[in-house]
Amino acid sequence: MNKKRLIPLGIFLVLCGFLLAGLWRDPREVPSPLIGKPAPPFTLARLHEPAKSLGPADLKGQVWLLNVWASWCVSCRDEHPLLVELARAKIVPIVGLDYKDDSTAGKRWLADNGDPYTVSVMDGDGRVGIDWGVYGVPETFVVDKAGVIRYKQIGPLTAEALEKKIVPLIRELQKS
Amino acid sequence: MRRAGPLISMTAIAAIAWSSSSFAAEATPTEKDALVAARAVRLSEKLRCLVCQNQTIADSNAELAQDLRRQIHEQIAAGKTDDEIVAYMVARYGDFVLYQPPVKSTTMLLWAGPALLLIGGFAGLVHLVRARRTEAETPPLTDEERDRAARLLGGDGGKDLA
Repeated sequence: MNKKRLIPLGIFLVLCGFLLAGLWRDPREVPSPLIGKPAPPFTLARLHEPAKSLGPADLKGQVWLLNVWASWCVSCRDEHPLLVELARAKIVPIVGLDYKDDSTAGKRWLADNGDPYTVSVMDGDGRVGIDWGVYGVPETFVVDKAGVIRYKQIGPLTAEALEKKIVPLIRELQKS
Repeated sequence: MRRAGPLISMTAIAAIAWSSSSFAAEATPTEKDALVAARAVRLSEKLRCLVCQNQTIADSNAELAQDLRRQIHEQIAAGKTDDEIVAYMVARYGDFVLYQPPVKSTTMLLWAGPALLLIGGFAGLVHLVRARRTEAETPPLTDEERDRAARLLGGDGGKDLA
């Protein structure tokens, strides 16, 4: 009889376990199905030299970052100093995808805040963003030498994510 | 064979009726537009907006939802099937975009969960009712107990009580 009384307590504890685990999970972070898949191709005009274009095919053979940003994006300001710092360390080329933005506003934003990007390309209507499964700017992708997406950061980069995940991953991918 | 006859002809009639109705719908451009719009709405009601996660693409006014509605329209115009359009969305945003998750090894618990809970609850109920019933059925008194009761009640076996 005593054992039976423990059943509701057991159910309650299991429920608590699930709820507790839920506290540390961000429902806005939807795992990307693109990880481990080839980077979706695109050919986009460069922000600063619209006559020239760039696409993942041009970057084959090196590890690179794709950072999705926009001048209208508020949390891009949070991660921006980290990107500038990363660019200064010259570890990896950073391609900026200026998502659904006006090129004049984009250029002004970079002039004001510093330009960490090796190259920025314009995705004015957001079609390339959709191909890359972008749903919340900023987002950052790590692409390996073979052109395969290896990691996706949803939302702003943090010092912790850079130190613990992204930079070690880049170094490892560069070795192979 | 004879039995199958009516069934075959009925299927044939249904097929002809269905195909002719769809031809008729495609004949006039206005009706085709209405069909496209209805298809687009039906599709976008199945897909989740990732920006405001409790709304469908059809309900949401987020920019991404607008862009995805545009994609659906374009793909319908390009002659893609519903399955192809859904596959296009899943390839980019994962199963999470589907309001109805697919049946997979990872979603088995999700799909089977309610049925398992129902069966478990029913089994628990049956168990409980049976336990109660055996408790309620008091066993008949033994001769020894009857004698003791008689003694307590008045000495002569309780006969004059009756």
